[in-house]
Order: sequence, then C-alpha cells, then structure tokens
Amino acid sequence: MSTEVLDRPASNVAPKLQPESAVEKIKKASRGLRGTLVESLHDPLTGAIRESDTQLIKFHGSYMQDDRDLRAEREHQKLEPAYSFMIRTRTPGGVVTPKQWQDLTKIARTYANQTLRLTTRQAFQFHGVIKKDLKKTMQAMNATLIDSIAACGDVNRNVMGSANPVESKLHQDVYDWSVKISEHLKPKTRAYHEIWLDGEKLVGPAEEEPILGPVYLPRKFKTGIVVPPHNDVDVFSQDLGFIAILDREGVDEGALLGFNLVVGGGLGATHGEPQTFPRIGDVIGFLTPEQTLKVAETVVMIQRDFGDRTDRKHARLKYTIADRGIEWFKGELFKRLGYELPPARPYKFTTQGDRFGWLRGHDGRWHLTLRIESGRVADRPGALHLTGLEKIAQIHQGDFRLTGNQNLIIANVPADQCMKIDQLVADHGLGKALFMTPVRRDALACVSLPTCGLAMAEAERYLPSFTERVEGVLAKHGLKDIPLTVRITGCPNGCARPYLAEIALIGRAPGRYTLRLGGDATGERLNVIYRDNIDENAILTVLDELIGKYARERESEERFGDFLWRNHVLTAEKRA
Amino acid sequence: MSSAVILQGNFPIPEDRRNQLQQLATELNREQLLWLSGYFAGAAAATPSGIPAFTENLPGASRAHAPQLQQFVPPTPVQAAAPAAAATPAPSLTIISASHTGNGRKISEKLLAAVQALGIQARMIKAGDYQPREIAKEKLLYVVISTHGDGDPPDEARGIYEFLGTKRAPQLPELQYSVLSLGDSSYPKFCEAGRVVDERLAKLGAKRLLPRVDCDVDFEKLASTWAEDALARVREVADKFKPAGGPAFATAPAAAAAPAIAELKREQPATAEVLANQRIVGRGALREVRHVELSFPGLGNLYKAGDALGIVHRNPDSAIEAVLKATKLDGSTAVTRDGKTHTLLEWLRDERELTRIARPLLTQIAERSKADLSDLLDTRNTAALTKLTATSQVADVLARYPAEWSADALVSALRPVHGRVYSIASSPAAVGDEAHLTVAVVGSDTDRKLLAGAASSFVVNTPVDSQVQVWIERNDRFRVPADGARDIIMIGPGTGVAPFRGFVQEREAVGATGRNWLFYGGRSLYHDFLYQLEWQQALKRNSLHRLDVAFSRDQEQKIYVQHRIKEAGKELFSWLSNGAYLYVCGDATAMAPDVNAALLAVAAEQGGMDADDAQAWVADLTADGRYLRDVY
Repeated sequence: MSTEVLDRPASNVAPKLQPESAVEKIKKASRGLRGTLVESLHDPLTGAIRESDTQLIKFHGSYMQDDRDLRAEREHQKLEPAYSFMIRTRTPGGVVTPKQWQDLTKIARTYANQTLRLTTRQAFQFHGVIKKDLKKTMQAMNATLIDSIAACGDVNRNVMGSANPVESKLHQDVYDWSVKISEHLKPKTRAYHEIWLDGEKLVGPAEEEPILGPVYLPRKFKTGIVVPPHNDVDVFSQDLGFIAILDREGVDEGALLGFNLVVGGGLGATHGEPQTFPRIGDVIGFLTPEQTLKVAETVVMIQRDFGDRTDRKHARLKYTIADRGIEWFKGELFKRLGYELPPARPYKFTTQGDRFGWLRGHDGRWHLTLRIESGRVADRPGALHLTGLEKIAQIHQGDFRLTGNQNLIIANVPADQCMKIDQLVADHGLGKALFMTPVRRDALACVSLPTCGLAMAEAERYLPSFTERVEGVLAKHGLKDIPLTVRITGCPNGCARPYLAEIALIGRAPGRYTLRLGGDATGERLNVIYRDNIDENAILTVLDELIGKYARERESEERFGDFLWRNHVLTAEKRA
Repeated sequence: MSSAVILQGNFPIPEDRRNQLQQLATELNREQLLWLSGYFAGAAAATPSGIPAFTENLPGASRAHAPQLQQFVPPTPVQAAAPAAAATPAPSLTIISASHTGNGRKISEKLLAAVQALGIQARMIKAGDYQPREIAKEKLLYVVISTHGDGDPPDEARGIYEFLGTKRAPQLPELQYSVLSLGDSSYPKFCEAGRVVDERLAKLGAKRLLPRVDCDVDFEKLASTWAEDALARVREVADKFKPAGGPAFATAPAAAAAPAIAELKREQPATAEVLANQRIVGRGALREVRHVELSFPGLGNLYKAGDALGIVHRNPDSAIEAVLKATKLDGSTAVTRDGKTHTLLEWLRDERELTRIARPLLTQIAERSKADLSDLLDTRNTAALTKLTATSQVADVLARYPAEWSADALVSALRPVHGRVYSIASSPAAVGDEAHLTVAVVGSDTDRKLLAGAASSFVVNTPVDSQVQVWIERNDRFRVPADGARDIIMIGPGTGVAPFRGFVQEREAVGATGRNWLFYGGRSLYHDFLYQLEWQQALKRNSLHRLDVAFSRDQEQKIYVQHRIKEAGKELFSWLSNGAYLYVCGDATAMAPDVNAALLAVAAEQGGMDADDAQAWVADLTADGRYLRDVY
C-alpha cells in the first residue's frame, strides 16, 4: 500500500466562492434527468441532441459522439458532424446469459457499428447508434433485461466484481453484492422508463433521490469488489472499493467474512493542471456483509455533500479526501454510521491480469478466458469474433463474464461441452491468447479516436502496432516472454486505467504521448511521468534503453516497474 | 393585385360610384392603376364629350418586366385616344409567350417588334399575366409555348392551358391563331403542351392561320420560319381592314423593352473562374452532389436569385471514342455545317449532344440500319423510349444498331449541344460577383451507372482555379416577392433546393421582413441534407423561420416532402391565405405533381373545399402569381 506520499495537504478546505459549474445547473433544471431529451430526439433537422441534453443523456448510459475521422470532411460538405451515440450497459459484475449475449450481438448488428465493445468496467458498449435508432436500441436492450441506467453520468456507475472463474460460490457472492450495490445506489427517477421505454409521463415534481440528492453527485463515482489475490478490477482506482475477505481457517472455509473498505481512488487527470492527479484509494477498515449497503450509501452521501460542485476537474471523491484528509473522512463516515469500522484485515494481491485458457472451478465446471484485444468483438477477415461468440452463445449452457481487463470468460461449461466450444474458438480465431506474448495479452486501450470526443491521440487503433514494437524491443533484449503491463489512452481521463500500468501512454496530440512508467504488477502503485509529449521514436528509444538496462541488471522475477524504482530511474519526486 | 385602396374623407364622388372605383382599384395591378391615373387626368383635361376611348391594350403585358416599373410612364390618354374613324375596329394581335427558359419570350418579342413595325396593333403578354377569360375577346392570337417534364406546360401557362380544357372555356369561332411549340425530342412527350393548346383551340372552333410548328432544342431555324409566316398572315388579315389611302391601325408605342440588366447569352458566354468545387454529400450518399462557386468581375450584375446559369462543356473523350468506334468513322474528317467547318472529332467534342438520345437520331438509325425501332418511335406509347433514354447514351444505340454512316450524316443526325443550365444557388446581394451552383452528378447514382452525364461529369472534373464558359438563363417569373413583407414557402427537395439558398440569402441581405419556410427532402439525414449546416445557422439567425424535412430512406416507409406538406397543412393554408408565395423547384415528373396534389389536399382539408373548389383555389394562387414553379 502506498498512499503515504500521495495526499495533498488539507489546506484547501475553506468553502469555495466560485459559482457552481454549468453541468450542476443543467442537472438542477432537468426534472429528474428528463431535460429536453424527448424534444431533442424528435428534432428532425439534426443527428445531434441539444447541448444541455448531451450532459443528461450520460445518466441514461449514453454519450453523444461523432466520427472524428470525418469531422473536417463533413464540414467541407456543409454537413454537420456524423453524430452518433455510444450506449453502455449497466451489467454489474459483467455477467450475462448466452441468450443475452445473442441479443446484444443482434443489437450490435442492427443498430450499432457491428461490434460489441467490452469495457474495462465490465460493461458492453455499442458505438455508432444514430439518433433515430437510440430508442429502439434501448428498447431492444430492455427486452433482454439489460438497461443502461446510470452507466455514465454523475452517479454510481457500473459496479465491478472480480471475474473469479475458479471459486464459484465466492464469485456468486461477489456478483450478488455487485448487483445489490448497483441497485441500491441507482437513481430513483423514472426518466429512463419514461423517455426510452414509453413509461408513464411524470406529472408534478421529480422523484425524490434519497441517496444521490436532487442534483445527483458532483462527478462520476466508481465502485468495485475484488477477490484477492487477483486485482483484476484495480480496486485502488475505485472511488469505493471492497476487498473480499474470506474465511481461510474456520469451519466454513471459503465463505465471505466481509470486506476491507477502500475509498478515494481515482485515475483521471488533466494535462498540465497539477491540481488534478490520479490517486490510489485508502483502505480504512473492515465491514461485515450486512453492513455493505449502508456503508456504500454513506460514502456516496458524504461525497454528495462535500464534493466540489464548482470545478468538474476537481470533483471526484479522491479530491474531497485529498483536500480534507483521510482522517476527516473516516470521522465523517463513522459519525454518520454511528459506529467505527474495525481495522482492515490482511490481504495480498499477486496479479492484475486475467488467467487465460481453460480453468477448472471448484465445482468441477470449466471456464475459458479469451483474450479480446481492446475489448472489441468484431468480425474481421480471418477473425470472425462476433460471429464465433454468437455461435458459442447458441450452444453454451453456462454464462459469459466480462473481466475488468476487457476480456471474456466463457464460464460454467460442463466438461462434455469443452471440446465443442474449443472447436468454435479455433474456427473463429478466438484462441490466440495462449500463443501471444504476455505484453500483448495483457495490454489495454480505451476507445479513443475516431469515436471518443475527448481523445487527443490514437489508442485502440494504435495498440496492436505499439505492442508489436514493444515486443520487438523485448525480443532484442531476450525478454520476449516476460510479463509487462502496457496501457494506452487517448486522453488523461484514464478509461484504460493507464496510471496503474508499468508502461503507459497517455495521448497528448496526434502521434504524441506522455510516457508514464513504474506501475506495479498488482495495481497498488501509480506510475509517474517519465517523459512528456513525445512521439513513437522517442518512446521506443527510452524503452530500448531502460529495457536493456533491465535485462542486464534485473533480479530474478523482478518486474520492470519495480526495477525502475529500485534502481532510482524513478523517484518519488517525479510523482506528478 | 394591389392591396385594398381605401377611399375616405370628403370627396365629390357619390357612394355607389366610389364603391365601383374601389372595386376597380383592388382588381387592377400596379401598372394598370398607373395607366388609369393618366387616363383620368387626360379625361379631366378633355371636354365632357371628349372622354377618350380605350383603344390601347392595358399594359399588363409588361408586368413581368419588373425592372421597367421604375421608369414606367403612363401613356397620356389624350395622345393614346386616337379613335379610328373606320366603322369596323381592326383586330389587334395578341402573342402569348409561355416558356421557362426565355427562348419563347425572345421569339415573341422579335415577332412583336416586326408586327408593330408594320404599324399593326399588337401586344405580347406572358402567359402568367394572361387572364384566361380574355381569350373570348381575341381575334388574332399567336401562342409560343414550351413543354417541360412529362409533357407539361410551363408553370406560368398552367392557368390558360387548363382553362382551355374545361367546360368553362368559351367557343372561339372568331379566333384565328397559330401555335409555335418548343420542346426537346429526347423527352418522350415531345412538344406535348403546344400540341394540346393547338388542339384545344381548334376544338373550341378557332381557325388556324398557319399550322403548328414543333421545334426541338435547335429551334432557331424552324422558329424563325414560323415567325416569318406568322408575320405574313397577320399582314394579310390587316390588309383586309385597310381603308384606301391610310393605315388602319394606330401605331402602338414600341415597347420599351430594354432590360434593366445586361444579358449574358449562350451565344456569347463569359469566362468565369472556378472558386470552389466540392462534394456536399456524405460518404454514404447514393448520388454525388457538388457545390460549385464561379466568379468574374461584374457577374453579380448579371443575375438575380432564381436565375439559372449555363456551362459550356466538352464531351468526355470516352464518349467521343465510343461514337467513333460504333460508326467506324475517322475523327479527323472535316465536316461543314451551318457555315462552320470542324473535324468530326471537334464536332463531337464541342458541338453535338452525346448523352441524351433524341428522336431524329433514332429515325436516322432506323433508316440506316433497317432495324425495327417502331416501339421506340411510337409517339403514343413512350415507355420504351423512356427506358432507353434512362439507360443508354448516343454511343450505346449507335453500337446496338450498326449502320453505314458518313461523317456528314452523323453530325446532321445528332442534336447540337446546348450545355446544361443549373439553378443558381446564391444571391448577388449576399455573394457579390459570385454565382453558386448545386450540381447533381448524373450517373453517380449507383443504379444508373451507365448514364455518365456529360455536363455534370465535366463540372466534376473542373478544378478550382480553372476557367469555364458560362451564360445566364433569366427566369424572371421565379423571383422573391417584390414586397419583402410577404411570407414565402419554398419546396425544394434534392438539388431543387438550390434557388432557395439564393432566396434566403437575398431576403436576409435586403432585410425582407416576411417569413421564410423551407421544405427539404432527401434520402438520408446523414448523407444528403444539402447545405445542412447553412440551414441550421439560418434558423438560428432567424433568416430561415421554419424548415420541414423528409428523408425518404430513414424509415421503413418512404416519406417525401408532400407528406410533410400535408402534415403542416394547417399552417401552410394559413400562410397562403395571408398572401404567402409558394415556390416549387426540382423534379417535374414525380415531385411536382405530388406536391400539387398535396396542395389540393391541404386546400380541401383546411379550407373545407370540394375537389373543384380546391382546384380553383390553386388556380387562383397560380393566376395571382403566388404559386411559382421551376421544375424540370
């Protein structure tokens, strides 16, 4: 654990006099997140929605985006940008049934860009849905019992849960808790049903929001549950994290005793603005399962009441805690709970990544983890992943689980089905992970260009060629098969959790990145800026030099990120 | 029609007479009122017994010459009052001109001048200004009329055209007439409108002074022959009334026809620079549409919003080669025709139409190849010809029906190329010396790949900074209302939206206070919403007040502008009832009739009219000059 040097001095606690941010006003005037979304959807002159509605639609699980590859071209064509919408599911714990998988595939083919994207938060994303198809898409999702409520926006987002394939009973417990927390913290407004599902129109004032309040949270809020020793949900990057503590000795071995509570993690930052920074969450105590919802709700309400509503770049829980101090936060939490939490129980993480290939669970069922590069399930020449997984879904009797690393587990397969699934995996080029280098297998990238409006540089489209070049450097130094985490994002907001990687590229401008180095293998240490705003050649030169040094001087089993710290290539002063 | 004139205060006219005057004043147009003011002044100056008779035709004919209004001087009635001593009033000639492009007007003006030069009383009137019931009083009538779209008359002639076919049309035993019909033989219903007018007049008992003449796009020769004959016949008629020793007719004042703006004619095109030439549809569009900006110093003085611009183009090498291959002719052979000598290749490149197939060519092919083309040449059933022209070009039919050709014969069988004209999509008030065009690239349509339109592919391949030869086709009928306070409704799907971009620019630039309402239609919101960004901005600036769109392929059922018109029926009817102008531009075969039907439906539904009343209401709009179309 390494929170010691990361807290900023708690000097900035005086109430700010700045006016509340524009988004706060939009939320306040929105009548329970309704705004003018219906009018916007009916405007036939544009594929866009009104500006204020672009904020509100996030709470319904959708972002307005445009194809940035076409922006200049379309302006020249005297056409507005090619607007479309991303829709993100609320799938706590990332579990769906084979039937749901088939339905989601059908939606992707019918309304989206013929791809499914598995996110780093165990959700599905549809991209390229045009305005007139938005409602139909939402309804098709609803028909298969999946919604997108609060998948984006200033609310508690999709709740993550370790995609633990082996301990079936425990996975079920974690999954159940992720669903319960998600439901408990979900907005109470019926706006989603009203706008997308033709639910009854609200008459009178908007619904009460006892937890989130009338203007919802100051900023997004992320929750995750992890089962050690695999930190696949990057629990220290969550605003609110739960580390599952198991009964390892008692009569009921393997049962869930409770959770260590983690608060104040968060990764987003802004280039050149030192008041923004990624932060590792604090572990502040232990709670029993029955205390879970109350604690979760109380953490959310403290952030609701104390979070910064004047500056959205400074509005996450991590800043509230950094500004006021973790002791203040604990005091506030315990005061509201009416009891103190006992000290956290011991735990240990060994990895961040997924375990690929077949694993046999404790109950004798089998689980196959497939590598899905950048989480993009698409049909490409020679790799018909969308079709292949659809076919698997047609015969699969267990479930599908998305991992926090954009990968997929075909879970709960009876032994006699394994061969059939293996065949389909092989036929559709889905089984390549076992033959990949670890660096390629564990790499993450956000969506970025051309889809995401925030992107400053390529990420998903750049990942394959960048990892290939890193493989080249590793091979040159005889390290082809070492584990190494590489993550790329198109902007500093942190969707692929780059701040926890051993090597991270964060987009600055087309072809230029901030190079961060020094994360650990378990998601417990932030990396630091090593070079800012450099191009690929410069990045590869740096890596060649440092990996060469690592090859010569590393200790046995020593990870690259750890090596850099031990050798003082990186120092605490560099943390920024 | 002028707005109501209110007579009030103390004045020495009894009330019943006052009402008559008021009635009269509301029925006459501006020029007629101006003329009357002079007439009354003259009458006041004359002795009570000397009230002048109306021997002049009222100057309604010049109404279309809007630029003349400023200089208009009412003829002094005293001078005009020159009652003929002869007992039998001599018939005067009326020439009705009905054409879109101005060719008919030019022929009519020439004829008028020639007739007047003989001292014969005559007037020329544009069909849009002609009150259909006047026909009963005509004795001598020439009609110059063109055909458009699917055998339709020009819009301005629809009033008289339809009237002649109704039961209300009077018998015309006294009338002597002739029709000059203009058309394009590449369209199935060649010269249909002229034929119909000719037959309807004959059916009403009128007598042909000379037979109708049907002209193709190379109309000049046939038209001037007809005009010479027409002049001779008028003279013969007039001579019968000529008393010994003197002219029977008061000499009509020569029409002061000097146009307010100089004309840029096809025969003498100007050189314009290409400032922009860009695709304005998205990647998913089925048909390419380009926005072209042209300029030369002074261009802004040569056109108005609503006019069209022609581009002189050369046929592509591929088309020329295909023709030479199909006919096995040598491109270097010299051919002399119409006093010009060029090589065959030059004729084919610069002077002859190689895209559209016309009847004369098919006739020639039938003769030479001995092939049976009777179904293609059938004038009653034109389906085969329609299909052929939609899918084939000149070279295709030459290749399909091989025959012996000489270079001379080929040049003579092919129609002269006339260049293509495009509705101008700008207003000089906004863009100065530029003219913008919206060009649909023929043949870019995926299901019509065969038809690479020579003109539009020429435009596509004309780079920025290069030069093209251009001329202006005046379209005086298709203008924003002189009264800027009037509301306008514009229906322009596809490239039909072009003139309305000019209209909106114009109305904004001159500060017109009336509202602008546009109906636009395309295939998809994402790919072919022409000028989408500009319309969005115009709405924000309040220079466009309402925009209704129909995208046919964005939903299961196809939705077109006519559906939107019906949906907006209540407001549309209200706008029109309050004096709004309605403009339609674009496709003549499907869109314009559908829009017209929608308009009738709106009148029926919103105005509680039966079918006849709705027809009459629309006819009134047309007669009023408030339902204007530029369809092709």
